[in-house]
Amino acid sequence: MTIPTPELDERFRAAAADEGLLDVAYDVFDDTAMGPLLVGVTPRGLCRITFDPEPERELELLARAYGPRVLRSSRPVDRVHRELDEYLDGRRRSFDVDLDLRAQPTFYLRVLDELARVGYGETTTYGELAARAGNPRAARAVGTVMNRNPVPIVLPCHRVVGANGSLTGYGGGLHRKEQLLRLEGAIL
Amino acid sequence: MAVAVPPFETFYETHKTEVFRFLVRRIGRDRAEDAFQETFLRALRAYDRLEHGEHLRAWALTIASRIVVDGARRARPQGEMPELATQDERPAFEELAPLTDDLPPKERAAVVLRYGYDLGYDEIGEALGSTESAARQAASAGVRRLRKEHDR
Repeated sequence: MTIPTPELDERFRAAAADEGLLDVAYDVFDDTAMGPLLVGVTPRGLCRITFDPEPERELELLARAYGPRVLRSSRPVDRVHRELDEYLDGRRRSFDVDLDLRAQPTFYLRVLDELARVGYGETTTYGELAARAGNPRAARAVGTVMNRNPVPIVLPCHRVVGANGSLTGYGGGLHRKEQLLRLEGAIL
Repeated sequence: MAVAVPPFETFYETHKTEVFRFLVRRIGRDRAEDAFQETFLRALRAYDRLEHGEHLRAWALTIASRIVVDGARRARPQGEMPELATQDERPAFEELAPLTDDLPPKERAAVVLRYGYDLGYDEIGEALGSTESAARQAASAGVRRLRKEHDR
C-alpha cells in the first residue's frame, strides 16, 4: 500500500514544530494514572489539559482560541508530559512549565492567579479563593472558573473544596479530584 | 456561509494519503518523501491566511504539483533547456492566476493546472476529484470563457 509511513508522518510533525509553524502542538497521553489526557502547548506555553478528550471537539476549540494551525506533535509537549508523569508518580510538587492563558477572560485570570498560589497538599474553599481574588461574594463564579480551568492538575483546582469540607465538584469527575488530593496527602 | 477552515490536523489527516500517492506516482517513492514533507510545510505556512475551507483537496494537490514542477526545473541541467532563456522570469502559473480570477472554481483550477503547471488531464481529474474527461472539458470551457471575455 502506498501510504506515508509512520516515520515520514512523525518527521513532518516534528519539522512543523521545529520551524515554529504551529499555533498549538498537542498530544494525547493514554497511559497516565489519571486516564487519557490531551495536552496542548503554544509557543508561549501550556494552554490546555483535557481529561478523556474527544479530539475532534477539542481541536475545534483550540483552533478557535489560538489559530487554525493545530497539529499533533509530540516534541513540544514532551516537557509537560514528563512533569505530569513525575507529579502523578509523587516525585514532583510543583510545575515549572510556562502557561499561556491569553484566551482567558480577566476575572478568570485573577482567580487562576490566586489558585496557582494554593500549595501542594493544601486545600482552600471557593469562598476563600473568591475573597483573595477581590470579590468575597463570588464563590459561585469561582466554582465556574474552576470547572472551566484550561489546565487542571497544573493549576490545582482540585485543591478547592466546599466550605463544609465536601469535595463538591470537579471538571474531570469527582473520583479524579479525590485521587489527586489523596496523592498529595490532603485526604486519607 | 463559507465553510470554516478546519484545524490543520484534520486537513492533514484527510489529505495526507492522497497527496503521498500522487507524489509517488509522479516522482517515485524516494523523492516523494521529501516532497511530501515540503507540501505540508508549505500548506502550513499559508494556512492561517486561508479565508475559507473550500477546495482544500485541490489546494493540497496543487501545492504538491508545484513542488514536483519546481523539483524538475531544479534537477534539469541548464544547458538542456534553452527555451528557459527566452521565457519570462515569472513561472507560468503566476501569470495565469490573476487572469483566471473570474472563472468558476473548477474551470479555473483546470486551466491553471493544465497551462500553469503543465499537468496531464488524468492528474488534473485526480486533483479535482473527477475524471480525465471532465478535467479536459473544464479546461476547455475555461479557455473558451477566457477568450470570450478577452474579445469583449
